[in-house]
Amino acid sequence: MLDLINVSYDTQIPNNVNLSSDKKVLKALEKWHPGYINWWNDLIPQNFQESMVYLRTAVSVDPKGWAKFDYVKMPEYRWGVLLAPAVEDRKIPMGEHLGEPAWQEVPGEYRNMLKRLIVIQGDTEPGSVEQQRFLGLTAPSLYDMRNLFQVNVEEGRHLWAMVYLLQKYFGRDGREEADDLLVRSSGSDEAPRMLGAFNEETPDWLSFFMFTYFTDRDGKMQLESLAQSGFDPLSRTCRFMLTEEAHHMFVGETGVGRTIQATLDAMNKAGITDPYDINKIRDLGVIDLPTIQKKLNLHYTLSLDLFGQEVSTNAANAFNSGIKGRYMEQRIDDDHKLQNDTYAVTSIKDGKILTEDVPALTAINMRLRDDYVRDAAGGVGRWNKMIAKSGVEFELKLPHEGFHRQIGVFSSVAVDPDGNIISADEWRNRKDDWLPTKADGDYIQSLMVPCFEPGKYASWIAAPKVGIDNKPGDFEYVKLHMA
Amino acid sequence: MTKRIDFQVDPETYRHWKVEYDGPVANLYMDVDEKGGLFDGYELKLNSYDLGVDIELADVVQRMRFEHPEVKVVVMRSAKDKVFCAGANIRMLGGAAHAHKVNFCKFTNETRNTFEAAKADSGQNYIAAVRGACAGGGYELALACNHIMLTDDSTSSVALPEVPLLAVLPGTGGLTRVTDKRKVRRDLADVFCSVEEGVKGKRAVDWRLVDEAIPNSKFDEAVVERAREFAAASDKPDVTHGIALTPLSRSFSDDGVSYSTVEVAIDRDARRATITIKGPGEDAPADMEAFTAKGADNWILRCARELDDAILHLRSNEDELGLIEFQTQGDPEVVIAHEALMLGNKQHWLANEVLAYWKRVLKRVDMTSRSLVAIVEHGSCFAGPLAELLWAVDRSYMMLEEFEGDNRNMATITLSDGNFGQYPMGNDLSRLETRFLGAPETVETLKPHAGRALEAGEAEELGLVTYAYDDIDWEDEVRLFMEERASFSPDAMTGMEANLRFAGPETMETRIFGRLTAWQNWIFQRPNAVGPEGALQRYGTGVRGEYNMQRV
Repeated sequence: MLDLINVSYDTQIPNNVNLSSDKKVLKALEKWHPGYINWWNDLIPQNFQESMVYLRTAVSVDPKGWAKFDYVKMPEYRWGVLLAPAVEDRKIPMGEHLGEPAWQEVPGEYRNMLKRLIVIQGDTEPGSVEQQRFLGLTAPSLYDMRNLFQVNVEEGRHLWAMVYLLQKYFGRDGREEADDLLVRSSGSDEAPRMLGAFNEETPDWLSFFMFTYFTDRDGKMQLESLAQSGFDPLSRTCRFMLTEEAHHMFVGETGVGRTIQATLDAMNKAGITDPYDINKIRDLGVIDLPTIQKKLNLHYTLSLDLFGQEVSTNAANAFNSGIKGRYMEQRIDDDHKLQNDTYAVTSIKDGKILTEDVPALTAINMRLRDDYVRDAAGGVGRWNKMIAKSGVEFELKLPHEGFHRQIGVFSSVAVDPDGNIISADEWRNRKDDWLPTKADGDYIQSLMVPCFEPGKYASWIAAPKVGIDNKPGDFEYVKLHMA
Repeated sequence: MTKRIDFQVDPETYRHWKVEYDGPVANLYMDVDEKGGLFDGYELKLNSYDLGVDIELADVVQRMRFEHPEVKVVVMRSAKDKVFCAGANIRMLGGAAHAHKVNFCKFTNETRNTFEAAKADSGQNYIAAVRGACAGGGYELALACNHIMLTDDSTSSVALPEVPLLAVLPGTGGLTRVTDKRKVRRDLADVFCSVEEGVKGKRAVDWRLVDEAIPNSKFDEAVVERAREFAAASDKPDVTHGIALTPLSRSFSDDGVSYSTVEVAIDRDARRATITIKGPGEDAPADMEAFTAKGADNWILRCARELDDAILHLRSNEDELGLIEFQTQGDPEVVIAHEALMLGNKQHWLANEVLAYWKRVLKRVDMTSRSLVAIVEHGSCFAGPLAELLWAVDRSYMMLEEFEGDNRNMATITLSDGNFGQYPMGNDLSRLETRFLGAPETVETLKPHAGRALEAGEAEELGLVTYAYDDIDWEDEVRLFMEERASFSPDAMTGMEANLRFAGPETMETRIFGRLTAWQNWIFQRPNAVGPEGALQRYGTGVRGEYNMQRV
């Protein structure tokens, strides 16, 4: 009997999809593998490649114990192909095929749409690794460095997951798309990544934490909606990816939280109560809360752009065809077809922001974005609790959805963080109050000095409350190779 | 009719295009104003276009030839990030009446053809520099260019997604140019036209869909370089200054349009428009220097522009008028003299442009799906380029001998050298060659008659007019013809005329208008595309079109 829970290591590629008996796909993946390893080796600085990193590796898709921790050199990490267990008799949960058995093979009529979605999702995975490639050099601790590498190898595995689908189900076109995923590169003039946010730099660790909190959360929402897919292999793949993605969000939330904590601790110690006394606070070697708010503003809005146009034909097509659902589709109490429903979408009429009811099918992106906004608010609330507890009077806020947008209805107007439409002049005058300036970036950069001693942390970030895998505070998460 | 579609635009007020002139190279940027749609109800997102965008483009191409003869290469590109052009606006098409769709497609097709004509007639070479998505009508624009450069950024592609996405055809020359111009193998063309996402990079080159795929970082440089190379290799003579195409003088009224050389008189009850062309009121300029100085005021250029505008106006704004009657008034000898200055100076850039423009205008007449008739009355001047109208129309009637109480000059027809190949039809034959397809020697026997004013008897005998009638029969015969014509089904008329007009060999042009357009217009009537459940109507809703799977 096939063991579809435990990961098989009998091929070069760990998997629970019985690769060893699927010679064609195995061959294709093995052909793709060297290019991937080259990509990885060219990407991550050499001394980190040689270092032993305490990483978790997926060994099973059983929710109770799916990973084991051990030291491993990143290039030797066992990237694999893992699908969540099949749900028996799974039915297509939405759209015009609602209730029909989920597809185990790609339906011809949706081949292109499915392929495009998988390629776009796949393109983000290596994109973020590329954006984060130099962060190891300025890691504020070995704990954080390990988390960075964990995120990186898992993004790498997510790339594998998408590549597997392309190789297995999309024939020669799929193989070519898989190759192209290694051709495009973040920020490249030659062949940039497909989505804007994945071509932005991740210049410092606070950016990394904001990215994992806000931008990876977009990834989570996308994976959640692809997990609803009527194409069962995609659904199963995304379901498993979500278990890994949760760790990325954890890194983001705790990373920002620990940055805030260090600031609060330093302010309290120095007796500073005014969070806007920026110069004094910066003299303490921590990042002032207003600057953290600016970074939040930037990353949150870049992430909102990833949801695309509020009213979208592509999203409508994908939903109706049963390719991509909504967040928590099963828990939504409606007919899951949406052919006669409407959904409120923001729009701008005569210089005013208002909402309009549009056919719900075309508002799938907007709905997912609304869900995202709610989801993203949770961590912000927890950060604010930390701030309140310290006695400092300051509150972090998610800016209005119209603020600093490049895509969608708001891209043509300037909106302040409170949601007022303002003139282009006013925007120019005030944008430095709302978004990180070069000087802010330079200051943060000046704090980015490596701290590689086990159990020690850079000045601007607090120690975590608990270690990874319950390890003690001075655990050596990365055994650095010092060439 | 709610709004008159105007085919005259002023470059100062372009909303969708920008041109930068750089010596022999012009950079033509498509930068469609989302809010600049001709009608309400759609936004021109992603450089998608409607008729208004295309009217401006046609104006750009036209002015390039007359106002910027120094330009040898036109580089067509997008001013938008990530998208070259997404093609015709689907919501516009979905919302448009059948007649508007058909007129839109015809005009866009005619405009695409002018890209190719610019090179063939005067050495102005269009190249497309494609970065970002280039789909449907966007790729059709690129196809109309003679050289396609595609950036190889592993994302940019060229595509014809009409069939899978909209259940219609890439009908602005798309299917035809893929096979006839690009000479893409038919099975590969079949694959290409069935995939929504199109083809990118090296494969696009291998399949002949583009001429080169260039690394993204070198793309801009390569485009500049290629434009320079083509300009240097061009055999277009150097001309420093063009002439200004000044605004037409026209006035619209309920029952017609009045231009300086053209009168359009509308008889709505009879569903008929009469276009009367007035011959030159003055002698031809002495030489090309004088002609150039006079520029757009020259009768022969003014008349072409006005006739062109009149035809376009009738096509788009007067669709109840089933019959267009052509008349002329003036001295045939002076018409011949004006044309002769052009024919005698064909090597002069401006004479060449004027003759080529007459060719295009006359093709526009050929392509007008109304019943066309020429009425050759006394006092008329069907000579040289105006004589072409006699063979562009479906029938012609000529006054024979003197009419009582009519003291105008006797009706005549005067052939010129121009009638023997200067103004070919879309099938690449002259109108006379097409007319006498079964007896090519007739064309030869006509040549010695050039320059002579042929009266009705002789003209009828030579086969130059359908009927010559004298005073006794004239009025009744002409009236009966017009009344009969008005009683026929307009659809049957359009179909019959389009078939009879274009005898002879097929060219890419005739295939576009005769095959591609006809199939497209058929599909535009079918529920699978335009029915309430059809793909065109459903586009954007997320719900797929429902097709009747019966093969017809």
